[in-house]
Amino acid sequence: MARVQGAIVVDRERCKGCEVCVPACPTQVIELANEVNGKGYHYAYMANPDACTGCSNCAIVCPDGVISVYRVKKTA
Amino acid sequence: MDIKDIIKEENLVYSKTKLMTDNVLSYCPGCGHGTAHRIVMEIIDEMGLQSNTIGIAPVGCSVLAYDFMNIDMIQAAHGRAPAVATGVKRTWPDKTVFTYQGDGDLAAIGTAETIHACNRGENITIIFINNGIYGMTGGQMAPTTLEGMKTSTSPHGRDLKKMGNPLKITELIAQLPGTYYVSRQAVHTPAAVRKAKKAIRKAFEIQQENKGLTFVEVVSNCNSGWKLPPVKSNQWMVENMFPFYQLGDIKVDGELVK
Ligand SMILES: Cc1ncc(C[n+]2csc(CCOP(=O)(O)OP(=O)(O)O)c2C)c(N)n1
Ligand code: SF4
Ligand code: SF4
Ligand code: SF4
Repeated sequence: MARVQGAIVVDRERCKGCEVCVPACPTQVIELANEVNGKGYHYAYMANPDACTGCSNCAIVCPDGVISVYRVKKTA
Repeated sequence: MDIKDIIKEENLVYSKTKLMTDNVLSYCPGCGHGTAHRIVMEIIDEMGLQSNTIGIAPVGCSVLAYDFMNIDMIQAAHGRAPAVATGVKRTWPDKTVFTYQGDGDLAAIGTAETIHACNRGENITIIFINNGIYGMTGGQMAPTTLEGMKTSTSPHGRDLKKMGNPLKITELIAQLPGTYYVSRQAVHTPAAVRKAKKAIRKAFEIQQENKGLTFVEVVSNCNSGWKLPPVKSNQWMVENMFPFYQLGDIKVDGELVK
């Protein structure tokens, strides 16, 4: 059976660091960065990228709509 | 597989709909207004209604909804969105017309407009964002504020003897013969967002069939007014708002559920 692998891209400068995406991720991919963006928010990033399945849960709860999700099928 | 091989246009499975403009939302971090805006716009997009929909923005934090929703919009005086929507829909019956209103707007100053538009069975959709507080003006008590809930005008908590009871306006308008579909939803988790989207889509579809007024409440958070960080405010909402404002359909096909 094909397995899927995903990745997210967070629009760093538009992220408000609200953390709502963090508990929405079933595989604990996301954390807030120690660094801040131009507005002073600790932005979300993939701390554990290998665990991302591209399920989009994080993106659909992000109030600011700043997450894009990519997904590929791995055949091996 | 390398991340840069995954992040390619052809592998994109989700990004913000083009029906949300690129303006940065004026909402506080973690505020449910943003999610509610986006799902309404996703539905309009999926139904192919961008050029055929007119939204009515309220007064409240979402007063600038027209800056964020990439459709035709009108901004109404406080509480008057259902009256404006009535005029728009009667003028252009083929347009999909919706209001987007907070609880201060819809259930306090706009109570008359809400009830009478519902009772007349106007063919519009009302999206009602209930965060139990006046967010925009500094977290004052709203009719929807829960018993014991602290706000800037009920600093010791809402005392029912002095301040009256929280108003379930959604149950109230569901009693009226003019409403055809009434539902209460939330947008704090992926599952809740998916359910809320289904409910709002259903509301728009019913409007296209000219069956009467459709009303979807979204129980939401107000981190600033509640004085809680976003994730904690969502937990507070689950523990305190949901037992009183129970999620689910309240009226389906013109019949009360249960
Ligand atoms: C006629 C009039 N009265 C009062 C106000 C002040 N005012 C602005 S927003 C608001 C309440 C907003 O609360 P709500 O509808 O719950 O929206 P939220 O900001 O919580 O999203 C009030 C009372 C006003 N703008 N116009
Ligand atoms: S939900 Fe969105 S805005 Fe909030 S921290 Fe995550 S990416 Fe940033
Ligand atoms: S797409 Fe799914 S697995 Fe990947 S970060 Fe988002 S929630 Fe987690
Ligand atoms: S004040 Fe409350 S309702 Fe308004 S944007 Fe902030 S969190 Fe949202």
